[in-house]
Amino acid sequence: MQKILNKRIILTILVLGLLYGSIQNLIVQGKLNPYYEINLLLIGINIMMAVSLNLINGFTGQFSIGHAGFMAVGAYTSAVLTVKLQQPFPLAILAGSLAAALIGFLIGLPTLRLKGDYLAIATLGFGEIIKVVFVNIEYVGGASGLSGIPHITTWNWVFFLTAFTVVFIKNFINSTHGRACISIREDEIAAETMGINTTKYKVMAFTIGAFFAGAAGALYAHYFYIIQPNTFNFLKSIDYLVMVVLGGMGSITGSVLAATALTIISALLQRFAEIRMVIYALLLIVIMLFRPQGLMGNKEFSLSILERLGRGEKHGSVSSK
Amino acid sequence: MKLSKKVALILVLAFLVTIAGGCGGSKPAPAPAPAPAPEKPKEILIGANFELSGNVATFGISAVNAIEMAFAEINAGGGVNGIPLKLVKVDNKSDTGEATNVATKLITQDKVVALLGPVTSTNVLGAVPVATQYKVPLITPTGTNPKITVDDSGKTREWAFRTCFIDPFQGFVGANFAINTLKAKTAAIFIEKNSDYAKGLAEVFEKTFTEKGGKIVAKEYFVTEDKDFRATLTKIKAANPDVLYVPSYYEQDGLIAKQARELGYTKPIVGADGWDSEKLLQIAGAKALQEVYFTNHYSPQDTDPKLVKFVENYKAKYGSVPDALAALGYDAAYILADAIKRAGAPEPAKIKDALAATKGFVGVTGSVSIDDKHNPVKGAVIITFDKDGKQIFKEKVNP
Repeated sequence: MQKILNKRIILTILVLGLLYGSIQNLIVQGKLNPYYEINLLLIGINIMMAVSLNLINGFTGQFSIGHAGFMAVGAYTSAVLTVKLQQPFPLAILAGSLAAALIGFLIGLPTLRLKGDYLAIATLGFGEIIKVVFVNIEYVGGASGLSGIPHITTWNWVFFLTAFTVVFIKNFINSTHGRACISIREDEIAAETMGINTTKYKVMAFTIGAFFAGAAGALYAHYFYIIQPNTFNFLKSIDYLVMVVLGGMGSITGSVLAATALTIISALLQRFAEIRMVIYALLLIVIMLFRPQGLMGNKEFSLSILERLGRGEKHGSVSSK
Repeated sequence: MKLSKKVALILVLAFLVTIAGGCGGSKPAPAPAPAPAPEKPKEILIGANFELSGNVATFGISAVNAIEMAFAEINAGGGVNGIPLKLVKVDNKSDTGEATNVATKLITQDKVVALLGPVTSTNVLGAVPVATQYKVPLITPTGTNPKITVDDSGKTREWAFRTCFIDPFQGFVGANFAINTLKAKTAAIFIEKNSDYAKGLAEVFEKTFTEKGGKIVAKEYFVTEDKDFRATLTKIKAANPDVLYVPSYYEQDGLIAKQARELGYTKPIVGADGWDSEKLLQIAGAKALQEVYFTNHYSPQDTDPKLVKFVENYKAKYGSVPDALAALGYDAAYILADAIKRAGAPEPAKIKDALAATKGFVGVTGSVSIDDKHNPVKGAVIITFDKDGKQIFKEKVNP
């Protein structure tokens, strides 16, 4: 008991609970401006996307640039369920996630025999295929998109799903399977020699990553009233890739940090249309020049630092994995 | 052991949720600030939610330029009922989610009393639910999708307005023009498959054209990314249509016109307002633009004195001839100012009622009345090109 309910877990739960409780409080009292709410939700969705992409790109070392495609599958599947078939929202999220996971699995099988640049191009192609498929399905509105989606994503949904995504992927990384994934990133041939079924783990990473991207897509669709294939284009995939690289390939907290920061920066720059992209790009260049490994490298920021401070130890603010 | 860990986790979470819910639930949300005292506000804030960056940025910038010019003129003349107008300009990156985000910001953060924009239909559809939720009127100068002002059940959306005619009308005008003026008996349609704009226009064109006794001899498709249309154009040319209808945007239109002429197709090409861009001439070249006609919202060559003044002022301020987006944006700004004036007070609900009651407003794109579907009733013009590739006004069509 003592070992399992240790200080770290209690502390994590406390911090998460405090974050949730304080924001929920503001929302219930109507004190949180809807504009902040919209961006809070967007941060949550972006965190889900970045962390799930990090599992594929950062931890397993498979360079995928078609992540928005999985998001599109989740968004469309869930929206069809709620709009056309009048199914409840939780079911729609689950179905969207599973559909995305299935596509991730199917795509993973043939393409994961590719490496590096070739894989990147294959996933890029995949993302475009998904987009074109939705453009050509009249049932979901074609190019003008599916409109009239009920506005049912709430802070509760986003918070708990985001927390679940982060906790799940963090635990996955620390499991046997996760270690196998990391070994593939470090040296695929060595991993194979050690008896690791590399294809299996690559497909696994893709499937799990796609699952959470699908969930994020479902949340997105039910918050922004309308989805169109163009929303999930190549540039969207790049946005998430930027978050992962900026935060640090192989750092979950890095992805969380980068997703949060970039969403806020993008919102702050809305008023400065003319220089918006210039500032955004400059920021990225500067950060990449000074921190080529990303904000967090492959380190994690964890609460154990507080513990250490409590014990009066003076270590860096970053604890190694 | 494992079990107790999970149980503990759930218990702690449940506890926190109860606390959070408990504290919040008891207090009712404070009522929105009471209606402002009758004293005169210093300025009237109008939100502009436009595509200032991203793939249709040129459209958004044109519209915003014209709106800023209109506001400057209105304010120079003493504002609306003596109160100056102020434009709060925000970029939506040509993205639907961002359009929702920006609309929310403008209404809840900046407290604007009315929204102008966005210019493209899907982005407008992202912003309309926000306007409806917070009860603030939204005017799109150029969003042509019928769904913007009418919901799926056929009910008019109370808070959404537009100041341009809807897509089907242009297909109708195009087909009538082909039959009546060009005396065409057969037509070919070349459709951009992933654009609803093109598909909607093509559909109405085909319907009107066949109803009036014409025959569609070829119907081909392409996608936005296509650059080489020669194979399909050869097929179309073989069908020998009297007129080729291409209702897309200028980048594809220009290439199609150029390649069709290279292949020896000399008969008329008819298009819609997507052809209206200064870049068209650079892409297609003057030679390819002979016998090209397109339907549009207005023509800068029109000799209406109001329009002449607008074109001159715009040229002096921005150094280019205003396109239709600019003209429509300009009219949208004036229609809004007119509605605020008639409303008597800058309050969203009153402005909305005044907008819905707009009758015979004379703008640069013609006389505008808002019908019960919140669409304007107004005319269209046909534009063609002279031998230098300059746009010339051909004729005016009234509904």
